[in-house]
Amino acid sequence: MSDNVAVIGVGLSKVGEHWEKSLRSLAIESIWMAFEDSGIDKVDALYVGNMSSGSFVEQEHLGALIADFAGLGPIPAVKVEAACGSGGAAFIEGYIGIKSGMYDYVLVTGVEKMTDVLPSKTTSILANASDRDYEAFHGVSFVALNALVMRRYMHEFNVKREELSIFPVISHKNAPFSKHAMYRKEISLEAVVNSPIIADPLTLMDCAPICDGSASVILCSEKKAREFTDTPILVSGVGLATDTLGVHDRKNITTLSAAVEASKKAYKMAGVTPKDIDIAEIHDAFSIMSALSLEDMGFAKKGQGTKMALEGQHYIGGELPLNLYGGLKARGHPVGATGVYQIGELVSSLRGDGRVDAEIGLAENIGGSGATVSVCVLKRGD
Amino acid sequence: MNVPRHWREQIRRYRLVGSKCTDCGRLSFPNRAVCPKCNSRNNENYQYAGRGKIISFTNINSPPKEHKYNLPYAVALIELMEGPVITAQITDARAEELEIGMEVEMVTRKIMEYNDDGIICYGYKFRPIVEYAHP
Repeated sequence: MSDNVAVIGVGLSKVGEHWEKSLRSLAIESIWMAFEDSGIDKVDALYVGNMSSGSFVEQEHLGALIADFAGLGPIPAVKVEAACGSGGAAFIEGYIGIKSGMYDYVLVTGVEKMTDVLPSKTTSILANASDRDYEAFHGVSFVALNALVMRRYMHEFNVKREELSIFPVISHKNAPFSKHAMYRKEISLEAVVNSPIIADPLTLMDCAPICDGSASVILCSEKKAREFTDTPILVSGVGLATDTLGVHDRKNITTLSAAVEASKKAYKMAGVTPKDIDIAEIHDAFSIMSALSLEDMGFAKKGQGTKMALEGQHYIGGELPLNLYGGLKARGHPVGATGVYQIGELVSSLRGDGRVDAEIGLAENIGGSGATVSVCVLKRGD
Repeated sequence: MNVPRHWREQIRRYRLVGSKCTDCGRLSFPNRAVCPKCNSRNNENYQYAGRGKIISFTNINSPPKEHKYNLPYAVALIELMEGPVITAQITDARAEELEIGMEVEMVTRKIMEYNDDGIICYGYKFRPIVEYAHP
């Protein structure tokens, strides 16, 4: 068995509406931050997590573009795409690059520039993550797909809309601390419940915002990482799984079976169970996805994903603190970059940011309405 | 949406034809080259009756660009009486009338126009099955 894989550098650029920054300048910003954090200035390969640069800014070929403009040299560089799950998928490709022994140092950069098009165009581009011919053709937006799942969930498990409204409150609770978050403020349950309806039963504040952002992490073997630090953050388990692209084709509409599969793989590889996880970054693009994620990764029984949340167990100090840097809801959801933000945030928490003493953390990144899910378990090395 | 892209979907969008696995009998909509149940590549066309019931629905206030002229509209997950679930708009009904379990039938309606290529696309929508009272 080859050496463990470690994360030695993190760069998280400020998420927001960056009218003054292009896709390439956003990417370079987080790459430079990750280089500075790691203490190295050269990598052997680049994986770019990005959902839709071709549609958002009419730019493909991001591997070469970013390697070129970030001055990385003639290294192998490719884009990895799995809709909103692109960042997590790119991270796992980077992991494989190190784990296989192919590369010594790998850079994974997630980047998305969403605000160069009008919001209705953005809605259309995001719908490309669904089945274009049999979902999006009929006018189903991405929010609407989540609304369909949410109404069914409420119906099957007798859960009220107001109970799911707790998840944005939890993510926002941590946002004032999060320097790179888009919305650095707390919000009340009433604010979520009473915000405008986007696609009933989903309200505006159930949904993560459209924004620009870029995050980078640098990976290497544990052996090499120990040349830099005594307590490297290790990637102890990864899992990626897929499900039917269309929500209508799922055996069970209220189960993210890709999350079930991906988390099982990651737990097995890491040799842990859900009980061992101290903190988690979950894909709260919509409140309903938080509840399903917690259930399908084994933190709650089916239909009871809101229980711990309503008991206050997902705040810092609780049983399983969630989304310590604001989650998708408050940090923002620059779609293809999100999975890399989650890894970077998890690394920051495990290194010790003065808020939690956590040893094992989990990051869950969802692509589309659940057709791709990646789960990574990270551990503080001793 | 260009012409061939819409044209080649006509058997599904206008006639609601999907596929049936000739080995295990599993029904699919749209048609599938590989059976999701038994992995067989043997399948034949299957004509759906166009009736089913709503298993979930939502009313869209913030539509994708190419559908903004259709507002307001509702979309639903419809379980066809033969089994498969499909995604479609609900028409001829007010938003507040919709409920899970409501029985619906297929109609052919305009899905979109004013898209980038100016093609007017028709396709299936579903409407509640009601007893019509003559005025």
